[in-house]
Amino acid sequence: MTLRMEQTDHNSEQRRRFFEAEVERLMDRLYGTALRLTRNGPDAEDVVAETLARAWSKLDGLQDLQSFEKWVFRILINTFISERRRRLARPADESPDCEDVLDQFSLFEKVHQPFLLWWGNPEQQLLDKFLRADINRAVDDLQEEFRAVVIMVEVWGLSYAEVAETLEVPVGTVRSRLSRGRALLQRALWSQASQLGIAGAKQGDTSR
Amino acid sequence: MSKHVSCEEVIKRLLEFLDKELDAETERQIRSHMETCRACFSRAEFERRLRERIAEAGETKAPDSLRRRVRAMVARF
Repeated sequence: MTLRMEQTDHNSEQRRRFFEAEVERLMDRLYGTALRLTRNGPDAEDVVAETLARAWSKLDGLQDLQSFEKWVFRILINTFISERRRRLARPADESPDCEDVLDQFSLFEKVHQPFLLWWGNPEQQLLDKFLRADINRAVDDLQEEFRAVVIMVEVWGLSYAEVAETLEVPVGTVRSRLSRGRALLQRALWSQASQLGIAGAKQGDTSR
Repeated sequence: MSKHVSCEEVIKRLLEFLDKELDAETERQIRSHMETCRACFSRAEFERRLRERIAEAGETKAPDSLRRRVRAMVARF
């Protein structure tokens, strides 16, 4: 009996150490993601703290500790969504007014100059000109439902199926939100680049 | 004999390709196309680099106040 209790204590201590080490390792990513989702520091801190409290309470149910990273990130997304619903007392994802969005906007097509293939690379140069703050602004300006999906796939590398399961929506919805989110993001970056005068638009292209 | 894909088809599926959401055969066809098509290769590189820049946005140094709060919380667990 005593031996079993000691064993249990030992296991729980190991889990605690594992949890602490993973939290330390992932803290900046969790906070950065929460900041992009909430768009303000105090709310982002609350979301991370609540996420970690939930994660700890569910840790015994996590079979594969190798998958901790994606697992805790999915908890963060769910925490963000439920906190937001609680605060606004309404689902944040409904009635998106986005029917007029161009799904196919491509930043690459705006700046790519085929005749320069061998001599220059204006599209890569454009990407290098964006400050981190420019990119963050473009992400922050996305509507929440698009922002969440873009972050889940591009920042955390979740599969479409994992995103669908986390958000409890069909995979087709994930595809369409991702497609629109990316188009909107690239359009926002193009608009910023044009305003900043760093766009280097193709000759004859006056579209904004 | 495997099927060759057009640039149009590659561009249409490029983001799913980068997301690793395609079946193995389609992925192989696109990869093979890019070995010889500089235009599609450039576009893929652009999208990949953009994605890297966006991923950077998901990392921000957590404030000390949050670290302290989390440490205190974990100590109570």
